[in-house]
Amino acid sequence: MEVCGTHTQNFRRFGLHKVLPPQLKLLAGPGCPVCVSAPDFIDRAILYARLPGVIIATYGDMLRVPGSSSTLERERARGASVHLVYSALEALVLAQKNPRHKVIFLAVGFETTAPTIALTVRAAFRTRVRNLFFFSSLKLIPPAMRHLLTRGRGPEIQGFLCPGHVSSIIGIKPYDFIAKSYTIGCCIAGFEPHDMLQGVLSLIRQHNDRTPGVVNQYRRLVKPCGNRRAQRIIADVFEVCRADWRGLGVIEASGLTLKKRLRGFDAEQAIPVPAMTPARKGGRDVSCRCQEVLAAQISPVECPLFRKKCSPSRPLGPCMVSSEGACNAYYRYR
Amino acid sequence: MKIVQMSGEFATVESGRLRRTVNIQMVAGLRAGDYVMVHAGFAIEKVDPRKARQTLQIIDEIR
Repeated sequence: MEVCGTHTQNFRRFGLHKVLPPQLKLLAGPGCPVCVSAPDFIDRAILYARLPGVIIATYGDMLRVPGSSSTLERERARGASVHLVYSALEALVLAQKNPRHKVIFLAVGFETTAPTIALTVRAAFRTRVRNLFFFSSLKLIPPAMRHLLTRGRGPEIQGFLCPGHVSSIIGIKPYDFIAKSYTIGCCIAGFEPHDMLQGVLSLIRQHNDRTPGVVNQYRRLVKPCGNRRAQRIIADVFEVCRADWRGLGVIEASGLTLKKRLRGFDAEQAIPVPAMTPARKGGRDVSCRCQEVLAAQISPVECPLFRKKCSPSRPLGPCMVSSEGACNAYYRYR
Repeated sequence: MKIVQMSGEFATVESGRLRRTVNIQMVAGLRAGDYVMVHAGFAIEKVDPRKARQTLQIIDEIR
């Protein structure tokens, strides 16, 4: 399984899936941050967008993710203030420029993005910006990998191609339990074609030789201990919490929430909106099978909507929206 | 991307014709000429310069 959505994209983009032996099956993992954000997160982001005096700041991929009955893109067309940002720091600038508005940043991502958001929280604290709030769906990769191995359903995973950039932050050790407790090989790989092919070769060797471990193919970037400074920044601002993953459900200790002393920046605390109850939901195509794609239970092509009702121009689920989504990759690169 | 200029918590980085300003608080001891990996407007780690050059060369060959 390639855990990271960018690996899924690049396997297809570079045509590597066509040159690998047919008996080798690549499974797309849950490493697309937009895709694994729970449906309730999207619904509540939409409720935030509808509040008067609120500006939503978000990474671009979130804009078209379907909620139960709308998208942020549709809300923007109806007059909501939804701004796309490349970096969390742009949300801070937006808050400084709009002191009469409440700016809510949709904090979506994994361990790579978490320190960038943590530094933005610190900067907001330091500069006394009090109209910037963070709505967190930040998630941690190793607990999701453990979940995939313990859930007792889905295909048997015989090797993990571990995410390169997440690993540059967390290092090698967090994957040790996979090799030791589950005797499954791991290889941290970069994103160029030769990186990924070396990664796959390493996983095949580990499997065939029965020598599971954690191999670091991406040594030009990933240090064994990771980026300690970034780890300290995350630990200073966030604490670990349970998190709801689309496709995987609620996983203990798999998310990040702001520490108590920073709760003034927490959108859920400062500007509560109700969670959507099943009775209020409706409108979304229930035959969308993104949940099963994210859990590696089906391939994107097995979804009845794929290439028919669902395409990147008219996405019905997050995996088709995001540039890191498996359905998007399988659609764009056959 | 390669650092071309440093300015406090920020640096100007470039790759080919692309130039960006990125935050460098997450990586200690950076200097102009270093290669960094950039994610969402932040340098997240320094890249081994020899291997960075080799990789850029391989990417150029593939192109």
